[in-house]
Amino acid sequence: MSARVIVTTSGKGGVGKTTSTANIAAALAKFGKKVVAIDADVGLRNLDVIMGLENRVVYNFIDVIEKTCKMSAALVKDKRVPGLFLLPAAQTRTKDAVNPEQMVALCEELKPDFDFILLDCPAGIEGGFKNAAAGADEALVVTTPEIPSVRDADRIIGMLESMGKSPIRLIINRLRPNMVQDGDMLAKEDILDVLSIELIGVVPEDESVIRATNNGEPMTMTLDSPAAHAYLNIAERLLGNDVPLMDLESYAGRGFFSKIKKFFKGKKR
Amino acid sequence: MDFLKKLFGSGSETSGQKAKDRLRIVLIHDRTDISPQLLDNLRKEIVHVLVKYMDIDEKKIEIDLDRDEKAVALVANIPVLRIKRSGVETK
Ligand SMILES: Nc1ncnc2c1ncn2[C@@H]1O[C@H](COP(=O)(O)OP(=O)(O)O)[C@@H](O)[C@H]1O
Ligand SMILES: [Mg+2]
Repeated sequence: MSARVIVTTSGKGGVGKTTSTANIAAALAKFGKKVVAIDADVGLRNLDVIMGLENRVVYNFIDVIEKTCKMSAALVKDKRVPGLFLLPAAQTRTKDAVNPEQMVALCEELKPDFDFILLDCPAGIEGGFKNAAAGADEALVVTTPEIPSVRDADRIIGMLESMGKSPIRLIINRLRPNMVQDGDMLAKEDILDVLSIELIGVVPEDESVIRATNNGEPMTMTLDSPAAHAYLNIAERLLGNDVPLMDLESYAGRGFFSKIKKFFKGKKR
Repeated sequence: MDFLKKLFGSGSETSGQKAKDRLRIVLIHDRTDISPQLLDNLRKEIVHVLVKYMDIDEKKIEIDLDRDEKAVALVANIPVLRIKRSGVETK
């Protein structure tokens, strides 16, 4: 085994990096892959809470880097889905506590034991971003359909390209199909026009995201919402499967939930 | 209808369309943002190539990015004193 290392970035904060990392990690694990999600947002950790594993955190990856503990002691195993792990960030340290070389070494240590290493990146283009991106081969860039977010995504894409990350793929998050239909929101085509990178998925604005965060259970574990379906599709595309984009206009239609549940049950791999 | 369109002009444009137009212009400018340092390096390299072909008045060179609403152009004004007829030509 040698894991694919993928960083989730955005430039702008609050656009859905942590939500995306948690849900894609859980979905990949549901597909039978061995996955570790690393919270690279040192000092502002959140991935533990979104994954619902905050009570099980003992050590963090800086402890591993500083050899305070072994890797196996810091990894938090998710008991709900086989093959899913979290490597938490330190909450009481700053981003200067690590450097890019150490992040690369950390990922190298994990690679033989996993299929996927997902790095949840902090906002910004400074040290924290550079640390998180250093260990990654591929990147997912998250943007919402708003000018400031797309603008920052463009900046990040430029930086990722110059760092040699490939492929770099785009997640458009919090799209509201009804607003797009009314001409009051950037459409996915508008965003792809200017960013010209490959789209890996569109996630709709969805209240389930908030409920899932409240419950500490990534949506892709229960799969009962449009956003969950969207993240599941993204995981499939990461696995190289050709899944058509969801028809977001019609997802509200009756029967949708039962349909995706059936779809999910039929697809274990 | 046409009358109404004229009356309200671009005001009838949707906010999504406006966002698209503004985004495009913002990105054109962001992507062509250049530091004085980089511009200076560019200038040096351009001169380095040019002097193989011609004598130029180095002191009067102007190189800059010219920006308007829709596009950005690299504009160079380089006074040429004489073309070099030998050397590179026969290569
Ligand atoms: N598709 C979505 N629908 C509704 N709310 C969302 C969606 N994606 C993210 N959010 C909300 O946006 C906020 C920021 O998300 P988060 O994943 O923490 O972003 P980041 O890690 O980029 O800062 C959270 O409150 C989250 O619940
Ligand atoms: Mg985050």
